[in-house]
Amino acid sequence: MLGTQLAQLRDGTPTGLTDADDVVAGFDDALLRGFARVGEQDAAALTALADAVVGTPLGERVAEAVGKVTAGSVGQEHLAALAGARSALLGAAHDALLDQLDTALGRHRAPWTPTGAAGDPSPARAAARSWLHETALAGWRGIDHELLSAVGTPVEAALAEPQSRRLAVLLDGFAAELRAGLPVATMAQVPVRRWADLWSRAVLLAQDGPAPVPAIERVTGRLLPLGVDVHEHETAVQVQLHAILEPADGTPPRLVRVTVGAAKVATIGGPAVWRLLSAYPALLTAIAQRRALTVTDLPAQDGDLHWVDGQAQVGEPADPFATARVLLGTATATALPPLDRHPVAIAEPVLLEGYTVHDDAAAIDLDGHRLAVALDRLPAGGPLTPALVAASSTCLGLIRWDDGRWLLQPLAVQATVKRRPVEAHNGDWADGVTDPKVAKAESRAGDAVAVLRERAGRLLRR
Amino acid sequence: MTDTDGAARRRSVLAVVPPARPRKLAKVPFVELADGRLQGVVSSGSDIERVYVSSVTAGSHAYHCSTNNNRPCGGLRGAPCKHLESLADEAVLQYGVDRVARYLRVDAGEGTQTGVELLSRLDARHEPTSAAVVFSRFLRHLAYLELPASTTVLPELHWFPSTGAGR
Ligand SMILES: [Zn+2]
Repeated sequence: MLGTQLAQLRDGTPTGLTDADDVVAGFDDALLRGFARVGEQDAAALTALADAVVGTPLGERVAEAVGKVTAGSVGQEHLAALAGARSALLGAAHDALLDQLDTALGRHRAPWTPTGAAGDPSPARAAARSWLHETALAGWRGIDHELLSAVGTPVEAALAEPQSRRLAVLLDGFAAELRAGLPVATMAQVPVRRWADLWSRAVLLAQDGPAPVPAIERVTGRLLPLGVDVHEHETAVQVQLHAILEPADGTPPRLVRVTVGAAKVATIGGPAVWRLLSAYPALLTAIAQRRALTVTDLPAQDGDLHWVDGQAQVGEPADPFATARVLLGTATATALPPLDRHPVAIAEPVLLEGYTVHDDAAAIDLDGHRLAVALDRLPAGGPLTPALVAASSTCLGLIRWDDGRWLLQPLAVQATVKRRPVEAHNGDWADGVTDPKVAKAESRAGDAVAVLRERAGRLLRR
Repeated sequence: MTDTDGAARRRSVLAVVPPARPRKLAKVPFVELADGRLQGVVSSGSDIERVYVSSVTAGSHAYHCSTNNNRPCGGLRGAPCKHLESLADEAVLQYGVDRVARYLRVDAGEGTQTGVELLSRLDARHEPTSAAVVFSRFLRHLAYLELPASTTVLPELHWFPSTGAGR
């Protein structure tokens, strides 16, 4: 990435973004107080949301929903309309921001190709809709222990349905956060945008209507890793590898993602999470040793390769920085499905070289252009630390957007420490911790996975 | 203007729940702040098949300890037993003293560092509760580790980055 591209990002804020953001913020504040009794200010905010989607297919439904909410008789279908309108606004913000980024980077993006399939009604989703309805009535301020204990039913039911896994994992992480916030009235700061985001997404995932599923293709070729992005809450971990696929059929290189994940518990964290992914040895080896993979006939959709470890072979060493230098400029990206679009989903791989680091690594400067660094996205299960970022001059990362600004999330850096060149990647410990000091601390803490499995073996199957 | 103005107001991604800090699990495999209680499971020191279910209720500070079969703990003699002390100590290790104190609604005061010290600041009283709810939550907790790994993409986890490098 060049300084001039950063300047393009800074100067080209999409038209209407601020207005959309204000409308969403008004809705978010209303959800803090809840929909059981809507005051004048919140009624105005909801009307602004309806006005924002006038003339769209959502228009009439949202207007009706706003009428019902302000009259104090909101049903589940009205909440779905409101969550839909909010998500449509943020989806549009996502599209405009990503377009700006693609233009600056010169990145080509293949469109999303829709196909339709009817989803079966599910008891888990029905239970979730009912819980989300009660939560919206209460508002964040009105949430109590009883309401949070009631989330157990939909979470347990959704965990048991493979097609509701997204909903289950979202509700579980969301409820844990609300629980930690109790009593919300004494919270120093209520994260209203974040909680409204999570609530809205959950409402959409809890609908039974026809779910659009994109066409599934099969791909064969050479996969060159760029870096891994690690996601984690108390009961889930997900590793997303960003990579470039060189298809065997000679078509242009593609920017793709490989995602694997596992359920966990709060007391399993840090480097131990990699051990929960031992079902994917080829993938973990390639990540840890920075090697290419040959993949054969892997299912793919929307830029996501659906990993089948047996259809992948670990190949020759492949330096992610070299891959980025040679291929990142020309690889084609793919658009996300519409319902997944939200500024939080923007995670575009970029390479930055020759910058200086400022403000304790909170920002970098490239040719006089600043970019904030998302230091809170450095995972606990890898060697990358703020100190290494501070000592770096080359970074492979993801460009993200949050709260009105662009950010760089480092996935790997090249740095100089005590006059020696060092390199660190988020996935370096995928096959086991390579830093002796960290390994020692880990073994002192003991093997959480083993202890809990022993307890499970003794107590669960009785 | 609303009363929610602040740095977090329009941020989608911020760490609301700091990651649990690593601790040894052998003695107290399960601790949580849920259902309005600090509650958990403590392994018996003498019998590998036996566990104790201990809890302290937020606000009222009523405490209880029993085996998972509801047999009262012999260590409760007008004061919290050693299982409750272990539970509180491990909770402080896992969550930090401030978070435990806030949840229980007790003033931690200056210099309170361990769970035992925090317990001593409670105006606590014994009140029997059923072990069943907590024990079944523990079994559900363990059941997460029985779920198979998955290649289903969970786009929602972009809201939950792994954080805390070098902690
Ligand atoms: Zn006891």
